[in-house]
Amino acid sequence: MVAAHTNQAVSKGGFAAILARLLIWGILLVVALLVIIPLLWMLMSSLKVNQQFLSDPFGLPGTLFWQNYVDAWNLGVGRYMVNSVIVTLVSIIATTLISAWAAFGLTKLKIPFSRTVLFLIVGGMMLAPTVALIPLLGLLQSLGIYDSLLGLIILYTAFRIPFTTFLIRSYMVDLPGEVDEATLLDGCSRAQQFWRVTLPMSMPIIVSAVILQCLFAWNEYLFAFIFVSSTDTMTLPVGLANLASKLSTNYPMIFAGMTVASTPMIVFFFAAQRFFVRGLAEGVGK
Amino acid sequence: MSNVDAAEGTAAQLSGRAGRGPVARRSPHRAIRGWRAFIWVIPGLLLIAVFVYYPLLKNIYLSFFQWSVFQPTPKFVGGVNYAQAAADPIFWRSLFNNVAYAVVSLVFQVVGALALAALVETYVRRYGGILRAIYFIPSAISLTVAGLLFYFIYQPQTGLLNEFLRILGLGQFAQAWVGQESTAIWGIIVMSQWQSFGYTTLLYSVAIQRIPRELYDAADIDGVGPLGRIWHITTPLVREMSTLLIIVTVTGAFQVFNEVMVMTAGGPNNSSQVLGTWLYHAGFINNEFGYAAAIATVVFLITTLLAVGQLWVSRRRRVEW
Repeated sequence: MVAAHTNQAVSKGGFAAILARLLIWGILLVVALLVIIPLLWMLMSSLKVNQQFLSDPFGLPGTLFWQNYVDAWNLGVGRYMVNSVIVTLVSIIATTLISAWAAFGLTKLKIPFSRTVLFLIVGGMMLAPTVALIPLLGLLQSLGIYDSLLGLIILYTAFRIPFTTFLIRSYMVDLPGEVDEATLLDGCSRAQQFWRVTLPMSMPIIVSAVILQCLFAWNEYLFAFIFVSSTDTMTLPVGLANLASKLSTNYPMIFAGMTVASTPMIVFFFAAQRFFVRGLAEGVGK
Repeated sequence: MSNVDAAEGTAAQLSGRAGRGPVARRSPHRAIRGWRAFIWVIPGLLLIAVFVYYPLLKNIYLSFFQWSVFQPTPKFVGGVNYAQAAADPIFWRSLFNNVAYAVVSLVFQVVGALALAALVETYVRRYGGILRAIYFIPSAISLTVAGLLFYFIYQPQTGLLNEFLRILGLGQFAQAWVGQESTAIWGIIVMSQWQSFGYTTLLYSVAIQRIPRELYDAADIDGVGPLGRIWHITTPLVREMSTLLIIVTVTGAFQVFNEVMVMTAGGPNNSSQVLGTWLYHAGFINNEFGYAAAIATVVFLITTLLAVGQLWVSRRRRVEW
């Protein structure tokens, strides 16, 4: 009796459930296609000869025309790529180190006015970069770092210290204090304590901070657009847009440049997905 | 332990009770060490002070002045720049576009992302990770690339969108999506949803995975269906994440710049300007730096109010988890 009842319920629910399942899978797959098709179109178009793209923008490329990549690279994408790598790497190191120092000072040491210091640093998170543009132009010019990679590195570091310090500090606060006491009893200096104990113990959050800074610096456009004027100093986002406006007739070459610019982050994401997901989840306060 | 000692030492000094042997002898050393510990925070503080706070304060100050390349000495004009904004139809058009950006983003990047994440987490066992990863790809590529890509997708003749409409037999709807005033800003906004929804979907997935299994099991026993579980369990239990994402999304909508510059530069006929691009235009193209500073101050007021809310919410979230 009980068994029969259960069976009936399952088969009734079964039919509706299968229908619902099909519908839901349909939705999920359509959304996935909406993401993939534009990206595939970008990839396919980057391998066409220009005439072929203009006459048949949606067909498969016949023979793969890799020359677009060579041309795009030589027309500036190579240079922009190098600039982007430099700006991203140096700003990652600077931002993470300076923020970790600050977080260490705020959590492990007794600093005078530490609450005020914390408020000043974290409060910087609330300020939109757009707001600082006009005065920053004059400031960078008077410091002689307008139109330079150094200028971008400094801005990418300064504007990300508040968030990164906030992120690392919230992790260091929860580190056990006994280890610190043991370290100090062993006669370690504060510097040794930071480099040998606190920093290694904070590695999970440091990885998250590095990933978030990497995404930010690699894709940043506003500062790179306004505070860089010569093509030799441009990073990928700005250089690419500049190239697109100059070469507006050679579509496949622009698509090639776009593909080159996107690949590192996509590969990085799939290679380090686990860390990425955790980093993004922790960084939602961005 | 040592912190307490240092504090006691300082207190003893301040209150003039310096006669207590060991504490008195140790305290000056401890106090100096407190200030010496300051070197750990000085690099960060210095960079923020010079490149974040100083420009911000100077911007507010400069918004009450007028100057240009031809008249390099700033002249105090009071609230003239703000009056100019109030009387400028393109300023209001920009503000409207920012608000439209915020509203559409709330629908797709908060409501839509929650629905999508809930469906993936409820119905998909094996391939959930792959779906989430696919959805996220556009967030890993830059807004410049996404903007350029959609600029090409929207092209009247060679663009993917019009071709797709023609295949569906809807060829009469084909148009120059970002080349005409009536649709330009909406074309940009749609691109932005494509670029960002996977990011918030991923964050929702993480939040949903933190919900204890037992709650769902209990719902099963009570005979609640899958959609009921999403509505009665998932949605209320990710409320903290929702609040956070609402604020992040709206704040972001008032800082839009990159995609508009890449796709339309605010055109045609200023129809797709947003506050960010309009202040750029005012300052760097029209040479009205005071007016640009005034628009920037408006952006500051809007985003700061929203960000204060964000900080407040993320503090609460930390307490709960």
